[in-house]
Amino acid sequence: MPAAIEFRSVSFTTAQGRVLLHEISLAVEAGTTTVLLGRSGSGKTTLLRTVNRMVEPTSGDVSLQGTSTRDADLVALRRGIGYVIQETGLFPHFTVERDVALVLEAQGSPRADRIRRSHELLTAVGLDPSTFARRYPHQLSGGQRQRVGLARALAAEPSALLMDEPFGALDPLTRAEMQDMLRALLARLRKTVLLVTHDLDEALYLGDQIALLQEGKLIACLPSKKFLESSQPEIQAYIRAFHRGERSAAAQQEGRP
Amino acid sequence: MTEFLHRYGAEIVTLTLEHLWLTGAAMLIAVTIAVPTGIALTRSPRWARPVIGAANILQTIPSLAFFGFLLPLPWLGERAARVAIVALTAYALLPILRNTYAGIQGIDPSVIFVARALGLTGTQRLIKVELPLAASFILAGVRTATVTCVGIATIAAAVGAGGLGELIFRGVASVDNGLILAGAIPAAALALLLDASLGLLEKRLAIRTGQRQTS
Repeated sequence: MPAAIEFRSVSFTTAQGRVLLHEISLAVEAGTTTVLLGRSGSGKTTLLRTVNRMVEPTSGDVSLQGTSTRDADLVALRRGIGYVIQETGLFPHFTVERDVALVLEAQGSPRADRIRRSHELLTAVGLDPSTFARRYPHQLSGGQRQRVGLARALAAEPSALLMDEPFGALDPLTRAEMQDMLRALLARLRKTVLLVTHDLDEALYLGDQIALLQEGKLIACLPSKKFLESSQPEIQAYIRAFHRGERSAAAQQEGRP
Repeated sequence: MTEFLHRYGAEIVTLTLEHLWLTGAAMLIAVTIAVPTGIALTRSPRWARPVIGAANILQTIPSLAFFGFLLPLPWLGERAARVAIVALTAYALLPILRNTYAGIQGIDPSVIFVARALGLTGTQRLIKVELPLAASFILAGVRTATVTCVGIATIAAAVGAGGLGELIFRGVASVDNGLILAGAIPAAALALLLDASLGLLEKRLAIRTGQRQTS
């Protein structure tokens, strides 16, 4: 069976000649979550965007279920892929209910179906429709907005879900809640997910495999379980950069009599 | 006073309606031209400067001269009202065009990005996202244009197009302040009234989108 998402030697160079992606090859199995991990500017968001062709690769190819996206109809391709972006992704002039079902509206589904689906999804992401359906984004907290964004991405029953730092702007506690919610939801829905983050902890918690990117190159792609054990220097450096506070606090405690 | 109203009342009403017709017709045509043009400019922004520049130049032509220029033209010159409507339309273009363009260009790029990423077609993006978000801005342009046109329409009487300017010109010619005021006061009232009602509508549109919540 072909991989759900497959990148084959994908490169992207800007019009100014900056290389943002360099020959990246990576496969994502259906129903699993792959995390694209890396520091800011490593190319992880650019790679994510080649899937729904919000970025067109300069060379190489991306295929979904064995079919190249190059010849796909752009509108149909994008409607068939769920997309969650950090923060401001909601439309300021839409109610939550309408925003969630926007792709269905664009496809011309009847209003009653859209409302039903919208309420169903709001419930699935932990928002009570009777309270939230008629609200506007400015009447929601950051966490609630991200839940709405996730519900919207699921509306058209996409097989694949792209998530670009979905919880990046949230405080640690809200972020943890959202991660739990997402994990439970994905276990149930079995979507193929590509998730961009710079947070190692999030990567380990949500990912089945982790792909580390650095300066547009794929450094390694390992199952999450093996990621911490890797002796690769780039991975080691990334791991060391995390939990520094913890280690320093622990060291101070040991130092004290 | 009562005697004055008795004598001129009916005429003031007729001329006010005439004034409203000149302004209304010009605004309708201007919106029909300027809004689609403004939208087209957001699709090819390199045309924005020259086109908005041209509308700007129209704006600088002194109104009396403009009416004069149009008068000898074949079809237009047959009726003074046509001349007036064409000239008023020309003055109304700039504010509407500029606000349509700026209103759409000013939308948060991330909102447009998401609309594309979700698979909205160009037309759906325009109708569902861009126009609603720019609506209050576009209406603000229509409002500015309307108030300007009510004022300039008084000058249309100079070429015989009618409207409240009739009374003003007659008053000036006969050094009759009462007659000047009989034209000026309704014209000013009309401008204020239209300004206020369009302002109300503008505010409603903005609140519906939640944009004004923070400002």
